[in-house]
Amino acid sequence: MPTFVFPGKYESLAKIAELVQIATREFGLDSCAAYGVETAVDEACSNIIEHAYGGENRGEIEFSYEIAADALIITLRDQGKKFKPKKIEKPKTNIPLKNRSDHGLGLYFIHQWMDEVHYDHREGYNILTLIKHKGTMSK
Amino acid sequence: MEINHTEFKRCDVVKVSGRVDSATAPRLAEKLNEIMDAGRFRIVLDLQDLDFISSAGLRVLIGAQKTCKRYNRGEVVLANVQPNILSALDLAGFTPFFKIFDETVSAVGNF
Repeated sequence: MPTFVFPGKYESLAKIAELVQIATREFGLDSCAAYGVETAVDEACSNIIEHAYGGENRGEIEFSYEIAADALIITLRDQGKKFKPKKIEKPKTNIPLKNRSDHGLGLYFIHQWMDEVHYDHREGYNILTLIKHKGTMSK
Repeated sequence: MEINHTEFKRCDVVKVSGRVDSATAPRLAEKLNEIMDAGRFRIVLDLQDLDFISSAGLRVLIGAQKTCKRYNRGEVVLANVQPNILSALDLAGFTPFFKIFDETVSAVGNF
């Protein structure tokens, strides 16, 4: 499983997205599912930069992927602040525009677009594993 | 990301192409703020060539919509929204907040 290391800055997002596109193509996902995986990885990496590192250029993001028989497994590792998973809330759509909060949307997207999301913390690393199976729609 | 802005008499058309993510969303916000700061609140966002939008980009859209709709002085409408982008808007629960047009010309005609 090759590992690619990127500086923890927002400019890296487009480069990481290119790798995600290669992985989803190789795995054979349709356009919608591939877009979902790209979104989930983008949101996860943005969260690493913003929340784990608390800003740009303070650490690295390690990206790797593996294609198993029926699953695309993407792993992201960082050495930022330990991630504490919060309750994932569905955006409230039945409230007026002016009261709509847009926080927590990234995490919600990650969980909606992927089939499995696992968090772990080992040897100073946050380890996020994102898994997509074939033929599943977003939830 | 590329932004092309055309000012019409009754509205502004902003064509956004490429990727809107955490790296590029601030530039889109800057452009929309520039238009709104000029007192223009009727904005068509042409998303024909938008390949990707993250939550950072969606936050810019919803922020601009809040500003434009204040005092009923205008609104942001969307044109040529591609299926993947529409899925993202839908998942965020943002589709009810925007009029969506199949073509830019009908979006402009809305104003």
